[in-house]
Amino acid sequence: MEIPLLSFVTFLPALGAVAMGLLLRGNDEWAVRNSKIMALFVTTITFLLSLFILAGFDPSSSDFQLVEDREWLGGLRYRMGVDGISILFVMLTTVLMPLVIGASWNVSHRVKEYMIAFLILETLMIGVFCALDMILFYLFFEAGLIPMFFIIGIWGGKDRVYAAFKFFLYTLLGSVLMLIAMMYMIAEAGTSDIVALLGTEFSFATFEFAGIEIVGGAQLLLWLAFFASFAVKMPMWPVHTWLPDAHVQAPTAGSIVLAAILLKMGGYGFLRFSLPMFPVASDIMANFVFALSVIAIIYTSLVALVQDDMKKLIAYSSVAHMGFVTMGIFAANQQGVDGAIFQMISHGFISGALFLAVGVIYDRMHTREIAAFGGLVNRMPAFALIFLLFTMGNVGLPGTSGFVGEFLTLSGAFQANTWVAFGAATGVILSAGYALWLYRRVVFGDLVKESLSTITDMDRREKLLFVPFVFFTLLLGVYPSLVTDIIGPSVEALLDSYNFALEEAGMVADTAPHMTTGH
Amino acid sequence: MYQIILFAPLIAAIIGGFGWRIISEKGAMVLTTGAVMLAALLSWIAFLGADAELEIIPIARWIDSGSMVADWAIRVDMLTSVMLVVITTVSALVHLYSFGYMDHDPQWREGETYKPRFFAYLSFFTFAMLMLVTADNLLQMFFGWEGVGVASYLLIGFYWRKPTAGAAAMKAFIVNRVGDFGFILGIFALYILTDSVDFATIFGEMDRLTTTSISFLGLDLPALEVVGFLLFIGAMGKSAQLFLHTWLPDAMEGPTPVSALIHAATMVTAGVFLVCRMSPVYDEAIYAAGFITTIGALTAFFAATVGLVQNDIKRVIAYSTCSQLGYMFVAAGVGFYQAAMFHLFTHAAFKAMLFLGAGSVIHSMHHEQDMRNYGGLRKKIPMTFWAMMLGTLAITGVGIPFSYDLFGVPIGFAGFVSKDAIIEGAFAGHAYFAFTALVIAALFTSFYSWRLMFLTFYGKPRGDAHTHDHAHESPWVMTVPLGVLAIGAVFAGMVYYNSFVGHDAEEFFGDAIGGPAVMAADGHGVVADGHEPMVDSHGEEIEGEDLLADGSNAVDTAHGSEGAHDESVLHSYHDVPWLVALSPFIAMLVGLLTAWMFYIRNPQTPARLASAMPGLYRFLLNKWYFDEIYDVLFVRSAKWLGRFLWRKGDGRVIDGGINGLAMGIVPFLTRISGRAQSGYVFHYAFAMIAGLVAIITWFAIRGAS
Repeated sequence: MEIPLLSFVTFLPALGAVAMGLLLRGNDEWAVRNSKIMALFVTTITFLLSLFILAGFDPSSSDFQLVEDREWLGGLRYRMGVDGISILFVMLTTVLMPLVIGASWNVSHRVKEYMIAFLILETLMIGVFCALDMILFYLFFEAGLIPMFFIIGIWGGKDRVYAAFKFFLYTLLGSVLMLIAMMYMIAEAGTSDIVALLGTEFSFATFEFAGIEIVGGAQLLLWLAFFASFAVKMPMWPVHTWLPDAHVQAPTAGSIVLAAILLKMGGYGFLRFSLPMFPVASDIMANFVFALSVIAIIYTSLVALVQDDMKKLIAYSSVAHMGFVTMGIFAANQQGVDGAIFQMISHGFISGALFLAVGVIYDRMHTREIAAFGGLVNRMPAFALIFLLFTMGNVGLPGTSGFVGEFLTLSGAFQANTWVAFGAATGVILSAGYALWLYRRVVFGDLVKESLSTITDMDRREKLLFVPFVFFTLLLGVYPSLVTDIIGPSVEALLDSYNFALEEAGMVADTAPHMTTGH
Repeated sequence: MYQIILFAPLIAAIIGGFGWRIISEKGAMVLTTGAVMLAALLSWIAFLGADAELEIIPIARWIDSGSMVADWAIRVDMLTSVMLVVITTVSALVHLYSFGYMDHDPQWREGETYKPRFFAYLSFFTFAMLMLVTADNLLQMFFGWEGVGVASYLLIGFYWRKPTAGAAAMKAFIVNRVGDFGFILGIFALYILTDSVDFATIFGEMDRLTTTSISFLGLDLPALEVVGFLLFIGAMGKSAQLFLHTWLPDAMEGPTPVSALIHAATMVTAGVFLVCRMSPVYDEAIYAAGFITTIGALTAFFAATVGLVQNDIKRVIAYSTCSQLGYMFVAAGVGFYQAAMFHLFTHAAFKAMLFLGAGSVIHSMHHEQDMRNYGGLRKKIPMTFWAMMLGTLAITGVGIPFSYDLFGVPIGFAGFVSKDAIIEGAFAGHAYFAFTALVIAALFTSFYSWRLMFLTFYGKPRGDAHTHDHAHESPWVMTVPLGVLAIGAVFAGMVYYNSFVGHDAEEFFGDAIGGPAVMAADGHGVVADGHEPMVDSHGEEIEGEDLLADGSNAVDTAHGSEGAHDESVLHSYHDVPWLVALSPFIAMLVGLLTAWMFYIRNPQTPARLASAMPGLYRFLLNKWYFDEIYDVLFVRSAKWLGRFLWRKGDGRVIDGGINGLAMGIVPFLTRISGRAQSGYVFHYAFAMIAGLVAIITWFAIRGAS
């Protein structure tokens, strides 16, 4: 019998959480220490195991691999598998989780519960990316809210309860519509198997409802329902306002997970459901998504410019960066989609590292006010260097991974619509504006503030935590083929069937370069 | 060999920057300097032994997404070889110079280590700049392009304690990003057109592209015009051309060796290099080329006017750089790429020397930069004085007019040879507006350069007497680079005249300019939209025209831009009327004499003039108020808009709307559900889990049925 590797990787953290709950009693120093070590151990083992997924994965194939399929409760089926689109998100999660635990070393309040919450969260996140059954996906997708809700609500800052609810309600409201759409799809296709659904053509015949013509028919409505959920998750403008609050209130590790992984579920959802299952609707709605993406990029970049709170600034910049992702996905060409996936992976490392960096100085000064800092380079040269690297990554400097995603999505968008690329490319200027201004206010200048006069540079643990972030940011910047080789074939297959579906529907894919030769 | 040239500075930067604790401060400095010197040596060997053959050395894969493929590779042709020599030579000299200049820098406190960092940045810059010029595709070029931007950012902000330095660094990066915005759109356009970002592929498609149009922002435009225009916006940013020039003067906040290397000799010329590299595009993009000519001419003129009144020695030279870059763009715009590269080459030598000389002055004057506090330094620092003198003779264009006709080579300082070629080329290319602007700029150049010399080295010492008493000549590590560059400033023009713009030029550059297709011969035929083909021998035709009459309108420039097609500017620029050929020389003399009148003969004149025309004086002193206008137009309005969107958009409309909705619904729900909303997190959690269980159950039942 084959080893169900994906299930192992998915549920190992949860098992660890259960074990922790059973084995560790009390809240004394011993239990606190051991829960940290145990969490670190479990996440590390998960990561090591996940390497076997990568090793066993054949990147030249666009099929789902390492597939598991068995009976589950009440006639439902438990299906897991990865393809080129999902595997890297699994890897991203398993790579980051040990670092997230490491970033939580200074947590002192209800440590055991904290670690349990993160371990369960890891299981749910990996599950989202591996699930090949829609119901399973939905469960993982929604259940992920719960640990995050607690992480913000219990270990968060001053206004944590407000932020936690805002986070929860926004995302939950989005998914209600998705749930209804899923039920419809299951009724229509007679299965919840994602692979089968990918091959199902949902009707796009225009019909009339209450006097309104619905172009794109059922497909469009389904698309909209999924969109509601994924758009909130991304988050896209104008449903992004939960994110800054959630980030500001969340503990450092919570912010890292939120920015690095949870947001990616939205983008993943678009790629797994919206684009391949509702191609006609996606094509119809592409301009709508473009508009929202470009607005997001410009709008949130401008808003980021005037933030006084570091985390809020980075949160808004995340929204802008996710704008590139949605733009790339719906450009529906190789560069756009490759770039979108790349941007998500890259943003995982860069924004994760930025939140970690904010955490480093928050731990020392217990404030995130930009105005409370200044001249940190005087006493924290190592921090200054690290922060510079990720600031540059955030700006999309070539040589860092940030560039590749931004460049590819923009080039994808340019092929789809020059206006979109033109508008989005202003983000290149604006991101430099807010990111470098932040850097200047926090790091440059003389150290004049009394409160900072004894601040210490990063310690060994903190430096060590940054190593993988630095490594991946630079590696993927210099050698992005590592990623594009894995995602390429799956993306190509996705786009082939997308374009085929459009042709079938009599809607010629409008991705041909707008160019005429010869007068 | 090219790999060593390219990577030696990078490796040295990494080792020196991170490992200086192990190899000692001195070790890091010696290592980085040695690596760049090695690169310089190899570059010269390559340059002297080079033929015009194109060589491409693949290194590794980079970006690969569908047909968007860009690999790491080294492309060497004559354009690259010239740049390699310029970059590594100036860089090596600047490294050496910095041993002296950065010693005991008063910006730093006792016990602070800053030198390894400085040298590592310099070497890293060198690497990035080499990447830029050796790129074999636009994307790799963009990598180098941004890499030098970061190095520049770090070096401008090197004195991070000074708030002005931090601000200047940020400004430089952001203004450059405006240019990059155009650059990447240009890359996308080329990619759409040719399905490639490789130079070789792109240039191979030129024939087809001349008749191709592209829909850009809803307009149907000639493809190459769009590409040319967008790419040039990138060049404007990097090369500090008018409207995107504001960062360059501020960049003088960086240490002076940085100004010499990055903001005079190398990085700022990247834009010129880009235009020359893309010469096959600009040969066919009439309007884009005309735009380049116009912007270049305007910049040359504008920057020269501002340079007239600045008091900070480095700012004068900075504006001078800006102005000289304008010259190069005019040359490139009229299709005289060879002259653009030639001026780039000579300018690197004499401008780097002027900066290093200024650094030497500043060094000896305890970091005083205001020329009003100089005076009479000729005797105190003779070596520096003579170096600066040679640099000034070079930049103002001192030489013997018409010596070409006698000796087959113009006899004069480097700037004389290359600048005059550009001015004549502008005329030969029918860009009369540009020609006029350049001649006037040459007059101003001469004036401000001599003003600088007179204020600094002549007259009586002004300012702090103590500083003047202690003024001292710089150590040999600083004067030797000056000497080497002085050789360049004197001889670079004469020695390389024939190679760059003389009768060997076509052979010298080979396919590097104009592309492999060499469309020079039938260049006229492709002027699709009905322009009159150019007549090859302009000489007689132009003779009759009034030289300066109405040379200042856009029509003329558009007309002149036809010259962009005319490869023969290279051949015809000698045939301009004698008065045209003489005009820069006259301008130089007038500038010199005026400066002499103003600052030696009658030192009260400038103050009198300034008070006679206070409006004009302030206008120039405040650099045409560009900074102030931009501040209102972009910086403040962006912040205002950001705040507005945040408070009103996010706060009032979005959150307000959703809260309002919630406030409407929630109480209603509360009434129904009674006390369910007790406000405790765990109650909510319980409700959630209960809800989930309900959902699962529903599915389970449904699935089973």
